[in-house]
Amino acid sequence: MTTWPYWPRVFTSDSATRVEASWTRYFHSPPCPPCLPLLSRQGECVINASSPPPAVELHGITKRFPGVVANKDIAITVRKGTVHALIGENGAGKSTLMKILYGMQKPDEGTIAIDGEQVAFNTPGDAIARGIGMVHQHFMLADNLTVLENVVLGGEKLYGIGAKARKKIMEISDAYGLGVRPDALVEDLGVADRQRVEILKVLYRGAKILILDEPTAVLVPQEVDALFDNLRELKSEGLTVIFISHKLGEVLKVADDITVIRRGTTVGTADPRTATPKQLAELMVGAELPSPETRESTVTDVPMLQVAGLTVAAGGAVVAEPEVLVPAAPADSSTHEVVEAGRLLLDDVSLTIHKGEILGIAGVEGNGQTELIEALMGMMAPDAGVITLDGADITKMSVRKRREGGIGYIPEDRHRHGLLLESPLWENRILGHVTEAPNSKKGILDPKAARKDTERIVREYDVRTPGIDVTAASLSGGNQQKLIVGREMSHNPKFLIAAHPTRGVDVGAQAQIWDAIREARREGLAVLLISADLDELIGLSDTLRVIYRGRLVADADPATVTPEELGTAMTGAASGHLEATDNHSAAADGDTTEDEAR
Amino acid sequence: MKKFDKDRLLLAIAGPLLALVSAFVLTMIVLAATGINPIEPLRIMVENGGYEDVQILIVNQAGTYYLAALAVAIGFRMNLFNIGVDGQYRLAAMISAVVGGAIALPGPLHILLIVVVAMLTGAFWAGIAGVLKAKRGVSEVVSTIMLNAIATSLIAWLILPKNLGVQVEGSNDLTTGEIAQSGWFPALSMGDSGEIYGFTFIAFALGVVYWFVLNRTRFGFDLRASGASESAAAASGVDSKKMIITAMLISGAVAGLSGMPVLLGESHTYTLVFPVGVGFTGITIALLGRNSPVGIFFAALLMAFIDKASAGLDTAGYAKEIGTIMKGLIVIAVVVSYELIRRYGIRRQQQKVGEELAAGHAMKTEKEVAA
Repeated sequence: MTTWPYWPRVFTSDSATRVEASWTRYFHSPPCPPCLPLLSRQGECVINASSPPPAVELHGITKRFPGVVANKDIAITVRKGTVHALIGENGAGKSTLMKILYGMQKPDEGTIAIDGEQVAFNTPGDAIARGIGMVHQHFMLADNLTVLENVVLGGEKLYGIGAKARKKIMEISDAYGLGVRPDALVEDLGVADRQRVEILKVLYRGAKILILDEPTAVLVPQEVDALFDNLRELKSEGLTVIFISHKLGEVLKVADDITVIRRGTTVGTADPRTATPKQLAELMVGAELPSPETRESTVTDVPMLQVAGLTVAAGGAVVAEPEVLVPAAPADSSTHEVVEAGRLLLDDVSLTIHKGEILGIAGVEGNGQTELIEALMGMMAPDAGVITLDGADITKMSVRKRREGGIGYIPEDRHRHGLLLESPLWENRILGHVTEAPNSKKGILDPKAARKDTERIVREYDVRTPGIDVTAASLSGGNQQKLIVGREMSHNPKFLIAAHPTRGVDVGAQAQIWDAIREARREGLAVLLISADLDELIGLSDTLRVIYRGRLVADADPATVTPEELGTAMTGAASGHLEATDNHSAAADGDTTEDEAR
Repeated sequence: MKKFDKDRLLLAIAGPLLALVSAFVLTMIVLAATGINPIEPLRIMVENGGYEDVQILIVNQAGTYYLAALAVAIGFRMNLFNIGVDGQYRLAAMISAVVGGAIALPGPLHILLIVVVAMLTGAFWAGIAGVLKAKRGVSEVVSTIMLNAIATSLIAWLILPKNLGVQVEGSNDLTTGEIAQSGWFPALSMGDSGEIYGFTFIAFALGVVYWFVLNRTRFGFDLRASGASESAAAASGVDSKKMIITAMLISGAVAGLSGMPVLLGESHTYTLVFPVGVGFTGITIALLGRNSPVGIFFAALLMAFIDKASAGLDTAGYAKEIGTIMKGLIVIAVVVSYELIRRYGIRRQQQKVGEELAAGHAMKTEKEVAA
């Protein structure tokens, strides 16, 4: 692995202007006059002068945390009665900004104005009093209470807990078409219904401005459409919706205005009527999108990983930790909570990854990606299927044997599966490779060699840290990720599982991680890439597969496929081989075994 | 980098210091509140600690405590709370005394046999809890507490004369019979003041082994990783079920050794008056010593000091239970102050890293601008 001397160091304010300059290149013609991505030096968005006072106006918001600036000089104007989308990558600072607006955190600098009046929120209570309501990504409902009880909980003083409250709930439900049944038990409700209860909760408390934090992350496509209908209903009644997302297609469908946040600051606004997903993506990540055109193929005919008929059933799976009954899933894939036992989380998954090939898996989170990773790593025993690595059957092998056998692992949740947060960096370098050189010899650790090698990783992968004795927790997410990538690459894996390798990572680190994966691929590495970022998938992968409800339902050629086509397949609406030119017969039932045989 | 090391050392000392100072202040407040002179009992304890025979008692007691605390600490390092050290230690002492009394072997072999039987018994008793947790998800806290109670009853039944016990002539005390002299561990004589059990030195030497195994072996790394993050350890290739059982077995084996200093050095038989509660004091010591072999050493000495120095308070007209109060307050103070220091340390380090990076970062950008 070579060093990376050429990283663009885009961190300071002066480099921010440089990035702005680079983005204007992509917008030669402004999309539309009233919302054109104008940025003055203060980063203000110019809006129509004749509008009524905006519902929300944030100006110069800056929030620092130890070691990171989460928000820097943010400026957003939300018009009354609109759906305003706030987009940006994971870790761009959207959630921090919304916590500030909702009074959960106080900004270090900047002003907030609601309906043209300047306000200062100390608690969410203050924000609620000003008509701001927040629907969190993770629902905050008591399962064993009814909808009515959940709605009045904490708001008993508003309309009591009896008939008056019920009347009010039905009133709201009918007015906005929410279709809520007040006497249903929340535990019997599906995810979409729960979300509607959450929305009703904030409306019940008199919210005029709704913040929805990644509301579509847990929904299936039809539910997303229903949610969008609800949002339009709310809008038509004069309410204002702030919609946080990183899914560009959805944003374009529902939003009236779009503000893009990158690395903690607002980098522009866009008009959903004219903007394309690609333009938005470039705004989101800067001008650093991988370009599929320049890619040369390194795919060989030698299969490295072969998976045949892999099947995992919900509830029936053997989980590594005895006291954890729910499979170790990331916290945000809450769809698992409603999965009934016996449902197939992975259904007859077969795939082959060759030496030098990156196989990308596209899919809405919670469609079996976690189970696929855990089955390949050996953290979960599959109910059926055979996994072959480099010609050897590893289906029954332990995690450690698989790692020693050359599987590298960049976990989707680095805090849960990739790091010991309170241990120093050099011990984290040993994690997962304790039996391998240079970390140990004959069962005895070699801290000296491990430390030396940690220093090398820090140097070569540009991990920004004052030293290798600081705890992993004190590094930023991007630097933690670079350490993990460096560690996994240091053991010359034959096969790498890269799950969301650049999630929550800043742009500079993102490019570094991509380059590391590309370089290893040139040397014959086989990679399974799982990502929610479609541009990353298309840009890096040699082959693409789409996973939907535990099945590989479609495949695509990354050189020709568009994010929209992939997105359609991810919702289960398309299957078979995705090709715009359509010279293949698209198998209607989504059986990919034929493609397997290729 | 050196600076962070110094910080860590300072914080490591600050925790116990804060705990001990607040515990002693609280003790004095309790004494004053009950109308007792708050200084005098403490002064008497310090004075008692100055006598050589008391010092020998303290060292001997500390050896026993050290082993019990190591047993607890092994569990703590992987997030297992082995409350059952007390039961494991008593059962191990009894069974090994029975075996040692029944069989006579030449010198070192006899001692070795007793020690091995003690370790196996302790490991077996703790292993029950380990298997239950690994196979059935039973909390080790609950199962080890219950196993303590079962051990008490089991010992009471086994030591009946119709089973394994021996009734001493002219006494009501039940024993397991005297171990032949070949099974006595040589002691270090300190003249008239008494002698230090030889096994005490083995106890302290085990601290070195403990340090080496945890910090310098793959197994130790896996164990610590499991304690730091079970999910990360599982992803790194640790078989968590196997690790739970192994850790409990080792913890129980060391717990089994806790009875050896007294059994091999003084009593040479197990009786019903064998000290109870050693395992619980071990928990306090492991907490106070932050699971570090050096920390545990000093904590064990301190607890032994409180035990032995407070014993003489009765004769001066004060309740010797003042020592028990002190031990209890230390536990509370330790838990609170360590958590405070831990949070402060994490915050402080994050801030420092942020500052250093901001400083280093500014330098890099300047270079870049120049280039």
